[in-house]
Amino acid sequence: MTIIVKTVTKIIVGVTFLYGIYIISHGHLTPGGGFAGGAIIAGAFILLVLAFGSDVLKLKAREEGSSTFESLAILGFLLLSIIGLFIGAKVFFYNYLPKGTVGELISAGVIPLYNIVVGIEVAAALITIFLALVIYKEEES
Amino acid sequence: MLVYLLCFALFLTGLYGVLAQRNIIKIVIGLSIMEFSLFLFMVLIGYVRLGDAPILVNGKEQTVFVDPLPQAMILTAIVIGLATNAMLLAIAIRIFRKYGTFDVRKINHLKG
Amino acid sequence: MNSLIPLFVILPLAAAFLTPLVSRFLGFFPKSISLLVYATLVILSILYFRGFGETTLLYKAGGWEPVNGVPIAIYLVLDGFSALMLLIINFIAFFCTLYSISYIKKFTAEPNFYVLLCLMVAGMNGVVLSGDLFNLYVFLEVASIASYALVAFGVEKEELEASFKYQVLGGIASLIILLGIGLVYWTTSTLNIDDVSQIIQGYSGNKIALFIQIMFIVGFGLKAAMVPFHAWLPDAHSSAPSPISSMLSGVLIKAGGVYVLIRLFFNMFSITYEIALTITTLGVLSMLIGGILAIGQWDYKRLLAYSSISQVGYISIGMGIGMMVLATNANRDIAALALFGGLFHMINHAVGKGLLFMTAGSVEYATGIRDLNKLGGLIKKMPITSSASFGGSMSISGLPPFSGFFSKLVIIIAAIQAHYYLVAFLAAGMSIVTLSYFLRLQKNLFTVKPKSEIEQVKEVPFAMSFSMVFLGVMCIALSLLIIPDLREAVITPAVNALFENSNYPVTILK
Repeated sequence: MTIIVKTVTKIIVGVTFLYGIYIISHGHLTPGGGFAGGAIIAGAFILLVLAFGSDVLKLKAREEGSSTFESLAILGFLLLSIIGLFIGAKVFFYNYLPKGTVGELISAGVIPLYNIVVGIEVAAALITIFLALVIYKEEES
Repeated sequence: MLVYLLCFALFLTGLYGVLAQRNIIKIVIGLSIMEFSLFLFMVLIGYVRLGDAPILVNGKEQTVFVDPLPQAMILTAIVIGLATNAMLLAIAIRIFRKYGTFDVRKINHLKG
Repeated sequence: MNSLIPLFVILPLAAAFLTPLVSRFLGFFPKSISLLVYATLVILSILYFRGFGETTLLYKAGGWEPVNGVPIAIYLVLDGFSALMLLIINFIAFFCTLYSISYIKKFTAEPNFYVLLCLMVAGMNGVVLSGDLFNLYVFLEVASIASYALVAFGVEKEELEASFKYQVLGGIASLIILLGIGLVYWTTSTLNIDDVSQIIQGYSGNKIALFIQIMFIVGFGLKAAMVPFHAWLPDAHSSAPSPISSMLSGVLIKAGGVYVLIRLFFNMFSITYEIALTITTLGVLSMLIGGILAIGQWDYKRLLAYSSISQVGYISIGMGIGMMVLATNANRDIAALALFGGLFHMINHAVGKGLLFMTAGSVEYATGIRDLNKLGGLIKKMPITSSASFGGSMSISGLPPFSGFFSKLVIIIAAIQAHYYLVAFLAAGMSIVTLSYFLRLQKNLFTVKPKSEIEQVKEVPFAMSFSMVFLGVMCIALSLLIIPDLREAVITPAVNALFENSNYPVTILK
């Protein structure tokens, strides 16, 4: 890619990543939440790979890393829900942390934690899909 | 009433893409357009007259909100549509590698 | 027992997502954890039958109680019909995993197979357990997407093409189902199955209810491969690896297609005569066209796939006759008998067709050929496979003392008692046609003189032959379900749960 694309990418990627984290963490106050924020973070990473080219060996190591992240995030999700079986009303998915006032950042019980875990999972999944397709194309040609 | 007819017209556009196009990628895009027309239709179902976006903000006092349940359904359905599209495109890439063409009339080894 | 219901969905999901992490260090981990999970779920569903027979167990996710009489939580409902389907799903999944311990060694990327299979079973368990419409859609999509990936598992030319066709048609089916769910929400502003059933009684003469029912028949009929929506099934089921073919053909088209139709039309909508006539007509067409097209097939797995279309037609006839008898307000015992025949045939077909696809995989594993013209004389070298194949074929054709005879007999008797003589005559006639093509299959595979290319074949390894022998024994043992004591314990709770559709609201809204 040309030097204009590379320079703009270097500036934009950090801002996009931060914006994605903002959308994930304020998911219980503003529209967005886990999935939308995760998609934005994945978009930042895809922009990086598109602008700077793909070196297959480095990408393969990254794909293993992101696949591990995805599995760990889903197991974290299951762990968060299973803890509800032991505290409080003993049902699955119970909201067991204290719920503060409406409109604060730290409120609404366990929902922000769910948002963070789902955001990591969605970003890792989209990155894994993209890297798998890129590696397949680079390997065969 | 006009809005629902426009959603239906979008659905028919996607259906034309699935039925009448020859390139595999265009078939995938047609399926995607059909999905989006359904999402639009379902969000329109939840409309309440003079309603506001269903977000609680500390400053404003608003008692009439639009229905948030179809919006939650559509979020989930968008994720499912993403997974379907990713699966279709991965298979399409591998088909191109094995058959050498994207033309759907030449990909018919299974018959009978 | 109430709090153990979500385990049916959580355990396969946890196993599916632990496997990529651990399988790099322990090679035997995917197989052992999958087998452990399925065995646990089989034992849990048998516990339900022993302990609870007739009651409906309910589980509200998150502990959200109904507000002003309106249910707002995600409900997981376990009654007799769901428990029967859970038993079938996990039982067949256990034996398919046992079979594929040796079979999948010929493919690459072995741990991914077990991950996808666990995801598919988690999705199907969720479909069977869910108590409201949108959760049903989400779990159905999880199971479908896992099955698209499994059909294309060995990435040869034909498997990719079959998977692509399956995906496009399955995607259109899911869209039509989503449209139906959206229209239900527009009409009744709720999505809980029995809440909808109370409100939609008031709309029963309206055109919108008829349109919603037609949308659901088209959408779920595509998933269940009824004629005229059957075009994807021969390609997809014959190109998949053999344990996946037996899972798809034995369980997925029933848990994702026929189960949802029976649940929605008996428990949610009020039964009208036109819809019942439509379903019975589609069932008769599937039975005829599937059987007639199977006669001219020379590929082993394609013949079995067309036979699946025909047998799903039998199950639909059982359901349709039950609905027609209820709609015309005739004797309710005849409807119960027809539905009992349909459900019994579901069990028999799951076991029998699963067994037959496993034998097809064994023949392919040993000789590498699937074309019936080139095979022959395998009865001396592969005795276990040939006797298992004989048992499975006779069970599906309907010969005594195998279990398929009793289920087809019950459906035909119910049709005669309800005065639908044409349906009974066609069902009996197609049974003879089924017998004819299965006998030709047996002759070509096992008793014709051996050709020269297949001199050095041996019997298949222990894991594969054990699964085939066990399922073959189950084919005969299941005919004991016609005895009244066993029938009362296993299938009558399912029929009762479907008929007492006024039972649902009493348990949920209190």
